[in-house]
Amino acid sequence: MSQQAETPKQPSSSSLILTLAVVAMLSGLLVVLIYEFTKPIIAENQRIATEKAIFKVLPAAESRLTFQLQDGKLIAADDKSGGELLYAGYDSNKQLVGLALNAAAQGYQDTVKLLYGYTPENGCITGFDVLKSTETPGFGTQISSNAEFLANFKCLEAKVKQTLDGLANVIKTVRNGTKQHAWEIDAISGSTITSNAVGRMLNQSGQRLHPVIAKHLPMLQQAAEQPPTQ
Amino acid sequence: MAQTNKKETPLTWDVFTTGLWKENPVFVMMLGLCPVLAVTNTVENSLGMGAATLFVLVCSNALVSALRNFIPKQVRITTYIVIIATFVTLVDYIIQAISLDLYNKLGAFIQLIVVNCLILGRAEAYASKNSFGKSVISATGMGLGFALALVMLGSVRELLGSGQLLGIRIFSENFEPWIVMILPPGGFIVLGCWLLLINYVHQRKTESLINQDAAASHCSVPQQH
Repeated sequence: MSQQAETPKQPSSSSLILTLAVVAMLSGLLVVLIYEFTKPIIAENQRIATEKAIFKVLPAAESRLTFQLQDGKLIAADDKSGGELLYAGYDSNKQLVGLALNAAAQGYQDTVKLLYGYTPENGCITGFDVLKSTETPGFGTQISSNAEFLANFKCLEAKVKQTLDGLANVIKTVRNGTKQHAWEIDAISGSTITSNAVGRMLNQSGQRLHPVIAKHLPMLQQAAEQPPTQ
Repeated sequence: MAQTNKKETPLTWDVFTTGLWKENPVFVMMLGLCPVLAVTNTVENSLGMGAATLFVLVCSNALVSALRNFIPKQVRITTYIVIIATFVTLVDYIIQAISLDLYNKLGAFIQLIVVNCLILGRAEAYASKNSFGKSVISATGMGLGFALALVMLGSVRELLGSGQLLGIRIFSENFEPWIVMILPPGGFIVLGCWLLLINYVHQRKTESLINQDAAASHCSVPQQH
């Protein structure tokens, strides 16, 4: 009993719960206020970043349209639509100059995400922009700066089979200096894992998306003249 | 229930400068070293992380200090973490709104400010025992000291690792970048060199002060007789 008298008075459980509840409510209020305030600004920043990447991989494009891949079909969409998006670029005469497509694969540290330009008329991948990469600086990051590696993408062949069910040739990364075919990528010496990831992701994306694009090519070509309704 | 203020010292200039240099969180207290080593490969990243940490430190310490008489000590750490996590979430959204590029460069380290021991340490050791004004000023000093240390590391790493400062080329094209400087080991090397230099200067200063004192006392001895 004497020991009990010596211990300081404990606050009731309800006062502890009340304190935490008040702090949590205050916290929630602050987070919601800032979230609501920054939401449109962040969305605009993301739109600008996407726009910049699209026009970087399709330099001849002056305008663009967004399409969504749904059950093997391409339908008109906007940037806010969920799911898999494809961006078609058009020149000043509203002629299709190419498509900007997303691709991703596991690199050395984490997933590497790219947006790459594809010209369906000649079946070439013509360049890419790195959207997300945490690869080792000076090694894996060379995929966007190494001139020899970027030379692979002047026209990396990614033609679709005549049966429209995949690529005519598998895009693959080969050891530095051993490239023989137009669909092969010469790896960067010392950055083999990231180079391989680029080859793998372009092949996966190409096998899946390029046949769909080929099937919808007339629609894509005319879309800028008469934007299809959703 | 509430934490009482015992023997509160007056607000002086020292409250601000202590954190800035005398008890610098990185070079003296060695707190929050994870972001110090991870994101200081460029000055821009260092400034971004320094500003984010300063914001979280000042705001969370201000709120902790303002609520210090209402927070029961049994739930104080939980409450501090909720407060810190709130401001980290805010800074996360604010950086995304300012620059997506910077947000991508800083990566997960923005969210990891929650577990930066500097912030919880200051909340527990200082803000929960001192007045609002003192807590804010002390946190500002500490936050600026942390940012200063990040920039000191970042400038050396960027200069040697890529021959640039704030993206502006300083060395000529012939300069071969020291790749190790922008990799995590570069963080350890540069931090070690700064610590060596700062401690060396500090030691020299202390020795010269001791020598001066000894000389003064030696001179004054005959006069006493």
